[in-house]
Amino acid sequence: MRNVILQVDNLKQYFRIDRHTTTRAVDNVSFKVYEGEIFSVVGESGSGKSTLGRSLIRIYDANAGEVTFLGKKITGKLNSETTRFLRKNMQMIFQDPMASLNPRKKVLDTVAFGLDVAKEVKTKEERKQRVIEVLKSVGLSEDHIARYPHMFSGGQRQRIGVARALVMDPKFIIADEIISALDVSIQAQVINLMRKIQKEKGLTLMFIAHDLSMVRYISDRVAVMHLGHIVEMGTVEDIYEHPLHPYTKSLLSAIPHPDPDSEKLRKRVLYHKQNIDYNHGQIQSLNDTHTVLATKEELDAWQKGDYSDILVQM
Amino acid sequence: MENITKEMFTPVSTQDHQVQEMVFDTGATFFKDAWKRFRKNKGGVIGLFAIIFILTMALIGPMLGTHIYNELIAEHIDLPARVPFLENFGIFDGSVNGFNPYIKRGLTDIYYWFGTDNLGRDLWARVWMGTRISFFVAFVAVAIDVVFGITYGLISGYFGGKVDLVMQRVVEVISGIPNLVVVILLVLVLKPGLTSIILALMITGWISMSRVVRSQTLKIKEMEFVLAAKSLGASSFFIIAKEVLPNIIGQIIVMTMFSIPSAIFYESFLAFIGLGLQPPIASLGVLISRGYLAMLTYPHMVTFPVVVLSTLMLSFNLVADGLRDAFDPKMKGF
Repeated sequence: MRNVILQVDNLKQYFRIDRHTTTRAVDNVSFKVYEGEIFSVVGESGSGKSTLGRSLIRIYDANAGEVTFLGKKITGKLNSETTRFLRKNMQMIFQDPMASLNPRKKVLDTVAFGLDVAKEVKTKEERKQRVIEVLKSVGLSEDHIARYPHMFSGGQRQRIGVARALVMDPKFIIADEIISALDVSIQAQVINLMRKIQKEKGLTLMFIAHDLSMVRYISDRVAVMHLGHIVEMGTVEDIYEHPLHPYTKSLLSAIPHPDPDSEKLRKRVLYHKQNIDYNHGQIQSLNDTHTVLATKEELDAWQKGDYSDILVQM
Repeated sequence: MENITKEMFTPVSTQDHQVQEMVFDTGATFFKDAWKRFRKNKGGVIGLFAIIFILTMALIGPMLGTHIYNELIAEHIDLPARVPFLENFGIFDGSVNGFNPYIKRGLTDIYYWFGTDNLGRDLWARVWMGTRISFFVAFVAVAIDVVFGITYGLISGYFGGKVDLVMQRVVEVISGIPNLVVVILLVLVLKPGLTSIILALMITGWISMSRVVRSQTLKIKEMEFVLAAKSLGASSFFIIAKEVLPNIIGQIIVMTMFSIPSAIFYESFLAFIGLGLQPPIASLGVLISRGYLAMLTYPHMVTFPVVVLSTLMLSFNLVADGLRDAFDPKMKGF
């Protein structure tokens, strides 16, 4: 059995809008991430994937649930030792490379920020050395350290963001839609860089994305999120070859085909979310790796191929 | 087309890629860039020179004249301006309303560059002494803006929630009291003078600065690089100092520059209505309020302090305008 690096049980993250409204951004989410794998979370905009990532790394305080990271509980109130452990071992890469770098800081200071906060380096020389090392590993050079973010292209900025996360030598990285703000040729560059780094350092990655083709290319396991729930989870094969949940099916039907002839024949299926209530469903195991959120009746119907009311041909 | 063969193609060398990867350093940091843009703004540059000139005169002016600022000479009262060389051209020759008091009183070798007031004090020395007071008030206004306004705005904006709620209600209460009421109350308790002006500025002067800083902080703190700093475990103080403050420093400088002329004007205004400094201390406001009483008979008594005060305020406004455009070209016309 592989080692579990991150275990999430019934995580809830609610945001109170006003007295009458509360947004349940993440609702009762449970999953495990194994050491050394690439775990992806997909879903439409507003499905709670980014919030999930931010709750895990404690940018938000979760309302309920328990997260265990490398055997330590990281939800609730943390003592300073656990906080330091978390900051060192879990890092995040952000979506927008234009917004995620402070425009007033040089690359050196941006990348070294983690070291400064953790007081990890003693001398200026060592600090610079660590930064140069990590910049080289993401394909940037030593000359870049004295420059400001606006002098870089989008892909280079995103690599600076990656370097900032890597400088702490984390074991687990949450990559929050790191390629959605980049153009296609640069996307491949950054994705391949992430794969390379993941292999070299034995990292565990959690990818948050909505580009399904990219997720298929990079991931080991995939969780599909919708309205704050994980509706289906499994290996890439489970999700892409044998999807069971109607939302997954609808999502997969939205992937454009690269071939114009087959793209013309592609049929989209529409998902009617008003006809399904996730709060009634339980996690049902289909096999060792494949789970789906459904009630018993729904599961029976779906396994027979009956998606009436929920999926409609467009 | 058929004579294109495979041999004619060579792989693009990796050298080209490296050139593409190079970043060409313009070498311009934030402040250098702003300075470059500021220099292109004529009004701003003229304003800057005017401020430097007036500041120099405030520092050395009183020493250049022949009299000290609070020396009373009974024989020299109400003398108009008389400047050595210029008198030959019929201007600044000491004559007023057709007759020349210098000649009439037999003071042929006495020169007052700006004239004297109704007690025989040298206006040249008094104007520059008054300008010193104006600069002092300006300096105090900046200090208060920076210390109170920025701190208050940063804390209120960054922490948000209940902290912000309470702090903003306090601001609303303070800004709800008219300035003049605050000053009158202070004058009742303390004597009219610099202390009460400074206290009045302390109570009300920093509010607009704190509002600007708060709104900017609210904007910056939602940006991803602040989240990134949080996820790296930085403390709130560290984030405020290293991430938020450097990004709003432009607006802060501009706000400070705008608060200087209003503080100078405030002091003059208080002196004019009799709530500020009192003679024999010279301030531009005091000089104007005294000179204004004899404006029709002896226009020189009000002209010189008014010209200096207006130039000073205009210059600060021009510089502030130039700085605003320099720091944020997008805000132009706002």
